[in-house]
Amino acid sequence: MDRMLQIEGLTKQFGSFTAVDNISFEVDRGEVLGFLGPNGAGKTTAMRMVTGFLTPTAGTAYVGGHDVTLEPQEVKRRIGYLPEGAPLYEDMTPSELLGFVSDVRGISGGAKRDAIASAASRINIEHVMHQAIGTLSKGYKRRVGIAQAILHDPEILILDEPTDGLDPNQKHEVRKLINEMAKDKVIVISTHLLDEVDTVCSRAIVIAHGKIVADGTPVDLEAQSELHNAVTFRLAEAESEKSKSAVEAIESVDRVVEGESADGLVTYTAYPKDSQIVIDDVSAALKDAGVSVQEIQAERGRLDEVFRRITTAA
Amino acid sequence: MGTSWAISKRELRAYFTTPLAYVFIVIFLALNGVTAFYFGALFDRGQADMQPLFGFLPWLYLFLIPAVAMRLWAEERKAGTLELLMTLPVSTFNAVFGKFLAAWIFTGIALALTFPVWITVNYLGDPDNGVIVASYLGGFLMAGSYLAIGGFVSAMTRNQVIAFVIGAAVIFLFMMSGLELVQSAFRGWAPDLVVDLVRSFSFLVHYDAIIRGVIDIRDMIFFVSIIGVFLFANMVVVDLKKGS
Repeated sequence: MDRMLQIEGLTKQFGSFTAVDNISFEVDRGEVLGFLGPNGAGKTTAMRMVTGFLTPTAGTAYVGGHDVTLEPQEVKRRIGYLPEGAPLYEDMTPSELLGFVSDVRGISGGAKRDAIASAASRINIEHVMHQAIGTLSKGYKRRVGIAQAILHDPEILILDEPTDGLDPNQKHEVRKLINEMAKDKVIVISTHLLDEVDTVCSRAIVIAHGKIVADGTPVDLEAQSELHNAVTFRLAEAESEKSKSAVEAIESVDRVVEGESADGLVTYTAYPKDSQIVIDDVSAALKDAGVSVQEIQAERGRLDEVFRRITTAA
Repeated sequence: MGTSWAISKRELRAYFTTPLAYVFIVIFLALNGVTAFYFGALFDRGQADMQPLFGFLPWLYLFLIPAVAMRLWAEERKAGTLELLMTLPVSTFNAVFGKFLAAWIFTGIALALTFPVWITVNYLGDPDNGVIVASYLGGFLMAGSYLAIGGFVSAMTRNQVIAFVIGAAVIFLFMMSGLELVQSAFRGWAPDLVVDLVRSFSFLVHYDAIIRGVIDIRDMIFFVSIIGVFLFANMVVVDLKKGS
């Protein structure tokens, strides 16, 4: 059975408030799951239940076949977890902290030295290993938090906002690392950065108000966009009327919307009916109308637009 | 057990990498000196024993021990490191016991550092060293029970000041329950059984017996039970309040 992580009917109530409402999904080895949702949607609460920090009100999570509510220690052994905000013992050095985590995880002797050295080099913190964590920059703290999570080479890696507060270079490095580790692990990352979903995730689950509202590959999600397969073209302002009516005349085009104009050029977006592929028709129509087009491209769809629509509905 | 010890080691290191350990030990020893020699007249009374030092110890511990215990859980909750700790393969018992053990060892080190007084009374006279050993044991057990109570209170809040004040107040109640002040409040209306029960919870009653050299296993069991009960309560509170 390759189902490494299985979540069944997971629910958490705080008083009368339902933070996570009956969510179920499964993740296979090799998948990088992006857990998306607006702030307060229940991402962190769900992750805290899977990692055994919070007890579910109902439902459970199975990690490698072990039920987190019945065998929390077995589950915790198999998971590497970066909690939200990467909390760390600030009076320790990264070297001491990783030593402590090794001790608790029962890694000792040569294996401990190797595990610490390998985590430190993968995450690139070797040169700060003996500085107090409290004195490190936010980026380094985050990296120490990730090093702590990958120390025991876990089968499942759960990272709550791993790139939050990092600069673009550091983000790139962390994403590269996630991609490298992805093939033989289950990785779940929560994020509200949509470009991250595109670059690292093989699958995305969107939650809002504690419920799953979308589940699919990033491409699937983009395909839900109104903009999916729309065609954007740019041409001289003088020819705008002519070209607009030419494109509107195409049967498969639903409507043409005028976008920004600059330097005497206007941008139009032609939305297709039922997400049909219309770029050939549009370029042919423009050619027939004798318009010289400066730029023309088909849109894949925008995640942010889909995200906004599905998380604000309901 | 290995896990508890890993946690204890981490905690102990934290005491000594921050000024906490040094401030505590220096103040503890200085106040011990003041109370034993000045108020207790350790030299002037002309007796070769350590009674003055051990007599004041419960009162020093009343405000010094909650100061050690207040950070045990409140600090972790506030810094968010509780989530890091409790998502490692650590049981609640491992965490509670490991933290308690580190604090107990630490206060034990501070208590042991009063050894120059022991050497001095042996140099100047011929004390009953059996009583002194019993007193050290009693002091250590009392420190343990104070810490167990303080740790339990610390797990209920993320505010260290509140943990300190409430912890000290609860310990004070346990100390006073054997004294006339508290006893007389019960004697008027409660049956003798209840009055004796309240008295039997007094730290001072059990501790005084030990430092007078009367080593009764029941006094030892009392302190060990207090530690056990409050560590258990501590586990329950940690589990209940983890997420809040």
